[in-house]
This record gives sequence, C-alpha cells and structure tokens, in this order.
Amino acid sequence: MRETLSVSHAEDHPSTRRDFLYYATGGVGAVATGAAVWPLINQMNPSADVQAASTKRVDVADLAPGTQLTVLFLGKPIFIRRRTEEEIAQGRADDGAANIVDGNARNPNIGDNASAADENRTLADFSGENTGEWLVMWGVCTHLGCVPLGDGAGDFGGWFCPCHGSHYDTAGRIRRGPAPENLWVPNAAFVDETTILLG
Amino acid sequence: MSGIPHDHYEPKSNGAKWLHRRLPVVGLIYDTLMIPTPKNLNWMWIWGIVLAFCLVMQIVTGIILVMHYTPHVDLAFASVEHIMRNVNGGWAIRYIHMNGASLFFIAVYLHIFRGLYYGSYKAPREVTWIIGMLIYLMMMGTAFMGYVLPWGQMSFWGATVITGLFGAIPFIGDAIQTWLLGGPAVDNATLNRFLSLHYLLPFVIAGLVVVHIWAFHHTGNNNPTGVEVRRTSRKEADADTLPFWPYFVIKDVFALAVVLVGFFAVVGFMPNFLGHPDNYIEANALATPAHIVPEWYFLPFYAILRAFDSEVWVVIAANWLTGGIVDAKFFGVIAMFGAIAVMAIVPWLDTSSVRSGRYRPMFKWWFALLVVDFMVLMWVGARPAEGIYPYIALIGSAYWFAYFLVILPLLGIFEKPLPQPATIEEDFKEHYGKSGSDGDKAATPAE
Repeated sequence: MRETLSVSHAEDHPSTRRDFLYYATGGVGAVATGAAVWPLINQMNPSADVQAASTKRVDVADLAPGTQLTVLFLGKPIFIRRRTEEEIAQGRADDGAANIVDGNARNPNIGDNASAADENRTLADFSGENTGEWLVMWGVCTHLGCVPLGDGAGDFGGWFCPCHGSHYDTAGRIRRGPAPENLWVPNAAFVDETTILLG
Repeated sequence: MSGIPHDHYEPKSNGAKWLHRRLPVVGLIYDTLMIPTPKNLNWMWIWGIVLAFCLVMQIVTGIILVMHYTPHVDLAFASVEHIMRNVNGGWAIRYIHMNGASLFFIAVYLHIFRGLYYGSYKAPREVTWIIGMLIYLMMMGTAFMGYVLPWGQMSFWGATVITGLFGAIPFIGDAIQTWLLGGPAVDNATLNRFLSLHYLLPFVIAGLVVVHIWAFHHTGNNNPTGVEVRRTSRKEADADTLPFWPYFVIKDVFALAVVLVGFFAVVGFMPNFLGHPDNYIEANALATPAHIVPEWYFLPFYAILRAFDSEVWVVIAANWLTGGIVDAKFFGVIAMFGAIAVMAIVPWLDTSSVRSGRYRPMFKWWFALLVVDFMVLMWVGARPAEGIYPYIALIGSAYWFAYFLVILPLLGIFEKPLPQPATIEEDFKEHYGKSGSDGDKAATPAE
C-alpha cells in the first residue's frame, strides 16, 4: 500500500518543480473555492430592501402620562412610555441599587459609556430638557428576544418578560432573571413638540 | 458485510449472473436483509424500524404539503388553513405530518435510552452512536424549522427565541443571528429559508441513516446481554443469530402495526393534543404569547437552557473567570448544547468493561434516575420560570451532567458487575428456549 502512495510523501525527495506546482495549484484551488462559496453564504445576509436605512416618525401627541405606545420598527416593537411622576421617582430612587445587573445605559443617543442612571435612559423633549417623562426602548427582551409585558408588570413596576421571567424596572433596567442587559434604547429624538423620529 | 460468518448471495440464473458481474446490487440488498442478527433481541430493538418508517412517512406527507403551502408571511397561515379545509384529505395529511414529528421523537428517545441502558454505544459501535447523535441533532433542526412554517404565534416566537440562542455567542453572535434571519427580526426571508432547509434536511438524515445502518451492520447488532456474537465458526454464529429476514422483519412490522394503532388514534381523535392553541393565532410581532412553550420533545433541553440564570454560582464563577464574556445567557446556551454533547461522547465517558446494564447492579439505579430526570426536566420545561420551578430545573440539569461526567466514569471503577452469560445462545435458551434441550434445533426453527 505504502509504495503505491509514495507520490504524496513530500519528505521522501528534495523539493522539485512538481512540488511547487502541487502547492500552487492547491492554493489557487482553495482561494477559488472560497471565492465561489462566499456568495452562497452571503446571500443569506439581509437583502438590499431590508438593509435600506429605515426611519419612522411617531406622533405622540395623544399619549397620556402612564400609558405606552408600541410601534413596529425594523420588524421589532418599540415601547414609547410617557412615565408618571411616581415612575420617574421610583426609577431615580433605584439608581445604584445592588440588583441593577447591567451598569450601562444601553443608550446610543448619549454614547457607549454612560451609566445606567435613570436620567441616562430617558429621552429629552423638543426643548432639549430631559424631564424623565419620555422613555423610548426596544420592546425586545435582551435574553432571547421576546416582547416584555408592560404597564407595571413584574416585581419592579416596569416590564416583565413572560418567556423566561426577566423583570425590568420603571427605567427598563434588568433587575432579576436571565436577561443580561437593560432594554436597549433606539436612536431617537424629538423633531417637533409631539413627534419622535426613530432611526 | 459483517464479520459474522453467513451465506452470501449467489446469482443463479444467467440474467442474475450478468447483472451481478456489472453491478452487485442484488447481492447488496440480499446481504443487508439476511444479516445475522442476535436472536435474543427484545422489544426495545423495534424502534429503529419505527424511526425508518417515520422518516419515510414525514418525507412523503411533507412533499404533499409543500404542493399546497405558500411560504410568505402574508399567506402562510392562510395556506395552512387552506390545506385543512379545502385540499382533499389535506387535514389528515397535515395532522399525520404534525403528529408524525411527535412519533418520530418518541421513537428516537426510546431508541437512545435503549442504547444508553444496554451500552450499545460502547466499542466497537462508537461511530454508530456518533452518527446517531448527528441524526438526532438534524431531527431537532428539521422539527424546529418545520414548526415555524404555519406562521402561528408559537412558530414566530419559537423562531425568535431559538435564533436568539445564536445571538448569545460573544462578539459574533449578532452577526450570526442576522445572517440566520436575513434581517433584524424573524420575517419573510426567515420563513423562506426555513422552508428550503426543512425540505433539505430530511434527505441529509436519510443519507446519515444509511451510514448508521452500514456502521452497525459492519460491527453487528448489540443485544440485551451485550455479549458479542461468536464469529469463530459458522456453527457457533448460527447458534447465536437468525437472519434479519424473515424473523426480525416480521417482529418489527408487528410492533410497527401496534405503534401505528396508537398513532392513528391520536391523529384521528386528538390531533391537537400535543400542540399549542396559540399556534392557531397568526404570528404577531407586537405581542408575545403569555407563555412560550416549545414542542414537548424540546422541553428537557429547554429546561436546561432556562435553569442557569445569573444567580447560580457556576454562572457567576464562569462570568468572573472569563471577564464577563460568558454571561448567564451564553451559559444557558452552552449548557443546552453541552447536555447533548456529553451524551454524544458517552462512549469515552463510560469506563465500565461490561456493556449491558442488565449485569451492572449500581448502574441500573443511576440509569433509572436518569430516565426520571429526563421526565422531570420535560415537565418543568413546560412550567413558567418562576417560584420553585427554576430550582427543580437546576437540580435536574445538575443530575444530567453528573450522570455523564461523574457517575459513569466512577461506576466503572467502583461497581462489581454480575456474571454475564458466556454466549447469546445461553441467554436465549434461558429466556425463550425452555422447550428445546438441543441448542442447535432451537436455533434453527423449521421453515
């Protein structure tokens, strides 16, 4: 058996032109295979229509304190909650609580390193004043992507994810359960007194 | 094929000889069907045939369903109702396909636990076992994607949760999840590719089944004693075995008929018993069902996924040791896949030289506890993640890993096995052959 296969035993003889051609052909073949396979993999990434940068304007004029508007954005829900005075006070009182698992605000509007303080979670109104009233978040549990229940659900008066029991407080911060991060805040801003621009 | 001496195909007519010289296909079929099979196989050895039947049944009914199904988010749910109401006999075909998945998993779990008890995974059958585990993984993938296709609430949210598992992988998780879904969330692109893959994978499974059968035909079947068939002489081999056709085919077909009576009773009288009412509500991205539950066959592993939250000390330790890279979410995913991985590598974890659990007095009890543990995990996986349930899930998960990683390696050292029969013939006579005192006569019933 061994004798008949000796052609592939490179150590049996000094390097030759044939060795060079062997490796060069193999190398080019590998590159060509990779180049041919890549489009077959990449086709599964988001298509152009899905990728097309999307924004959405949401009219919040009719949103009363203590209620929540849920809108679909990029295939996922966005929670826009106009918090009551009690919810704001509760959120601020909880700042620095020991069971705030994720210390990051998860708010791309103010940068990557802001702390999870209540004031870093909320959205400034059109005048630029952050009253703590407007809380805008992705309605996507950071555990495995379910939509948490709102209106004071859970043990911390905020949101509760029914799938695996994650509790979020009145500022959308994870307080108990398997979720690792606070509910993310989307890119958002008031573009007039009553309209929020998402994206 | 196998090393057990037996008759091989000899072409007799001129036509048969002509074909045999060019393509020995008849010989391949003959040798496969006439394979010498240990004659002491008990009723736990029927599940392979049930599984083969399930695969064919699912492929046939699936091909029919695709003729009437529309893979589009606006039309999928309605097209399934169209199958149920308008297509001739469509309701029956869909209910058979739907419950067929459950029968498939009942059979595969019995088949796997049969292998775990009788040590079928031990040398020289490790490759058969590994191929089987690959088939099992592919079955889970196929079943998961198939469940998404009706585009009900459980379909949609099940898909969201399960693809979210991949999002838990550090650094590259989000990119992988987006790639799997074809967008930021479960949507039309996801539904289309899931149909494509749901159609493809059963054929991959069929290929692996051929390799699975090839592997154990090469080594020979295991049997309830775990004692190997004697191969030293034709006479001894004949005393230990009978040909697969007709003896085991008739037995297996009888068992299949009994199983199918139960199956069609479910299909006919309680077709939605194993399903979830929520899946008859069309998918809605804005509302998660109050209680997301996967199909029953995923529940034990789903329970393991949920068991490890950020308050469990191993999770805290893993988080600290990896500098936060392994968080509770990723740990749960590792635990779930790890639970299957430890089962796949069991041939190298079990240190006992005795194959069959029948002759392992301590192993029997630990194994029985594993079966109970599997049931408990299945039950707790369907309960909400609150109150006492997470603790039960955690204990259940701990035992699952302990069985494979601690108990099996140690049992081989501490356990004193019972005496085993010297041959299969001896075991057969003890159980079935009381009437015939002459071993050779009992081994070759009149034809």
